[in-house]
Amino acid sequence: MAVLDSKVPSGPLADKWTKHKNEIDLVNPANKRNIDIIVVGTGLAGGSAAATLAELGYNVKTFCYQDSPRRAHSIAAQGGVNAAKNYQGDGDSVYRLFYDTIKGGDYRSREANVYRLAEVSTNIIDQCVAQGVPFAREYGGLLDNRSFGGVLVSRTFYAKGQTGQQLLLGAYAAMNRQIQRGKIKSYTRHEMLDLVLVDGKARGIIARDLISGEIERHSAHAVVLATGGYGNLFFLSTYCMGANVMAAWKAHKKGAYFANPCFTQIHPTCIPVSGDHQSKLTLMSESLRNDGRIWVPKRLEDAKAIREGKLKPTQLGEEERDYYLERRYPAFGNLVPRDVASRAAKERCDAGFGVNKTGEAVFLDFSAAIMRYGREKALTSGLKDPDDNTIRQLGEEIVEAKYGNLFQMYEKIVDENPYKTPMMIYPAVHYTMGGLWVDYNLQTTIPGCYAAGEANFSDHGANRLGASALMQGLADGYFVLPYTIGDYLSDDIRTGPISTDSPEFEQAEVAVRDRIEKLMSGRGIHSVDYYHKKLGKIMWNKCGMSRNAKELKEAIKEIAELRKDFWENVKITGTPDSKNQELEKAGRVADFLELGELFAKDALERNESCGGHFREEYQTEEGEALRDDENFTFVSAWEYVGDPSASKLHKEDLNYENIEVKTRSYK
Amino acid sequence: MKLYLKIWRQKDANSKGAMVDYTLNGVESDMSFLEMLDILNEELISKGEEPVEFDHDCREGICGTCSLMINGRPHGPDSLITVCQLHMRSFNDGDEIVIEPWRATAFPVIKDLIVDRSAFERIQQAGGYISVNTSGRPVDANAIPIEKDMADQSFNAATCIGCGACVAACKNASAMLFTSAKVSQFALLPQGRVEAAERVQNMVRQMDLEGFGNCTNTGACEVECPKGISLENIARMNREYLSATTKG
Repeated sequence: MAVLDSKVPSGPLADKWTKHKNEIDLVNPANKRNIDIIVVGTGLAGGSAAATLAELGYNVKTFCYQDSPRRAHSIAAQGGVNAAKNYQGDGDSVYRLFYDTIKGGDYRSREANVYRLAEVSTNIIDQCVAQGVPFAREYGGLLDNRSFGGVLVSRTFYAKGQTGQQLLLGAYAAMNRQIQRGKIKSYTRHEMLDLVLVDGKARGIIARDLISGEIERHSAHAVVLATGGYGNLFFLSTYCMGANVMAAWKAHKKGAYFANPCFTQIHPTCIPVSGDHQSKLTLMSESLRNDGRIWVPKRLEDAKAIREGKLKPTQLGEEERDYYLERRYPAFGNLVPRDVASRAAKERCDAGFGVNKTGEAVFLDFSAAIMRYGREKALTSGLKDPDDNTIRQLGEEIVEAKYGNLFQMYEKIVDENPYKTPMMIYPAVHYTMGGLWVDYNLQTTIPGCYAAGEANFSDHGANRLGASALMQGLADGYFVLPYTIGDYLSDDIRTGPISTDSPEFEQAEVAVRDRIEKLMSGRGIHSVDYYHKKLGKIMWNKCGMSRNAKELKEAIKEIAELRKDFWENVKITGTPDSKNQELEKAGRVADFLELGELFAKDALERNESCGGHFREEYQTEEGEALRDDENFTFVSAWEYVGDPSASKLHKEDLNYENIEVKTRSYK
Repeated sequence: MKLYLKIWRQKDANSKGAMVDYTLNGVESDMSFLEMLDILNEELISKGEEPVEFDHDCREGICGTCSLMINGRPHGPDSLITVCQLHMRSFNDGDEIVIEPWRATAFPVIKDLIVDRSAFERIQQAGGYISVNTSGRPVDANAIPIEKDMADQSFNAATCIGCGACVAACKNASAMLFTSAKVSQFALLPQGRVEAAERVQNMVRQMDLEGFGNCTNTGACEVECPKGISLENIARMNREYLSATTKG
């Protein structure tokens, strides 16, 4: 495999994308009709890419394991989507969004990709409004904005707490238009089980019809993987239950490098774990940190009393509370980036200040915001000398309008009213910055295999800022990939249809069938979930919010042992030739058991702390992450060579020509 | 707590299904309903029996995948939530709980509690979009101010998660609430007005083709909708349809 070539165009940063678009080869409209593209995954990145590619004239096949493209987990994104529109006139610009994203990523992302992301961000909003996405508006009829962590401007567009839903329904509607035109064929309840390479190029996939169990061959001139992240490696996460790494991992095993697997985002504001039965964790949007203040009791005895239920948080006065984010980071306060907020919560809980039964929760308190909004509303409504109750009621109405669905969700899960008592939150696995290595064109190291959205690694470095995932998914799908892929496909205009009868397809199908048979023939001792939970525990305890060399080495060993155990002893009921959810889960967990090892290996090799990757050995006296720019300003891209433990490291050096690399400070 | 479950089991679309009884111990009140089913399934697997298959994914009430009829009510006894957000504190020790799939001709059972909702897909494909090119260069997003109230109403209609509870709740298995929510989202926005007449006719035509029943204004759909989609949308769709068809 050749040395990593990022293919970043030459020239000034601000002109690179325009220049690149002008220089790449195009496929003429008549020829596009002869070219097939497979898109796996139909979330924001896959859905928008499929719709745009079909509209350009390509023949598109989409695959999703859900019963409808609309159910991809982008739908659950709550807070918003960033765009450098500067509608608020608060000094925002493409450069500032670019700068914030690079800094937020702790200087571990590729400059040119991030600048392009910031540049096309404004198109996203125009596009979505044209499609009928009902963003929140002000009374004047113009679009409203709010703030997210790690930035000092208001550039986040939103639709209450359901922004991801609305954006995904927009992309899905665009897909539907192309399905109706016959330009997209949508395969739902289908799972990609392998990537097929012909002459070294990605030429198709092997998929399983999840209802009939049938194994199918699908060919194309290029394959786009938009299959999301791999956070379910941790078992408990804010991901949907079906989220998996199968497509990306199979591509990895066929030659696509996997970049920065250890860069995982642990989101600070999630509902804490309540017990062993727990199947997933629920996020409370970062937008809540606009108005919520995070605190724990100042005194250990108060924290203990609260844990034991002898004291209520509302009984503690201002001076008895430690607003630790405001104390440690006065400039950004409660709106520090996610990695910083998560570690700070862990630090307080580890020190004994946790506030729920398990000692793993902090408060997110809206009482100050409720009173502030209430007073403002009373004034604008002309109420003279309103009492506290009236103010509180008015304030609660405003908070409800902003975050109503989130508060309702919290109350349903926890059975407490967050208008009256502070929410309890704790960090949880939420997003993976790592993913398939891609060049500037979003092509992986396999020719013709592309990766978009969370499935690739490119834009968020070691930590993603809030409201940037939706931005990246749609930027990749609507505005980047449909053009860059043309450059590759321009060589394929005379290729003609790709046959599925070739030996390559035959081999791939046989391998898939063998693997299923092997899974089904386990000795039948433990269920798939048993292994998944065990893996999750290893990952959370040894590869989670803070890591050290000793535990990472233990994790590598334990995961390899668990994997062996899994293949020998897993129990899968039912048959492979019918709907079988246990078999579906088993295939996904088998991949996680390999990726987990690579993850730990990557974390062990990166002897520095940056973004979401915190190595206990590398921290400042104040407990802040200590980066090592001299030795680690690179992307770790892993090549598969037969076993995760033997994976070979390739480095893509990161060059910062337009930004001064500094210690990241939010103080 | 101890629960007596009666669950619909059906091998596949072509087999006959039946209710099967299960007794489940050790259920805690802070478990979600689906976590309770996870525990049942773990027990079944350990006994070598096939687990109960049910649709679920995000488990936070937004993807619209989960779809269980619990004691005769779509998404169970609580209001304004999906099954995945339902918690066992809504039940008592010793309760009998009847769990079935959505029942509608247009939603055939695939296996156990899983149904085929592709009819909804085809209704949306028939016109649930604005015909604007994604690769085009639309005007600036703020070029057309939209009255906040209209934008909010459009948003409220757009929050439909497509779960199908409205169909399951309706004695006619009508899909009017679902279809009207999509029609309304676009009809309320200036961008969507251009194709409004064509859209409503195409979507209604497809809805009828799929074999959903008619609306007789019982309002059960609105009561059971986990997102509180309002019956006003049906009224709006009827108005849109009437004006579209009388335009000639």
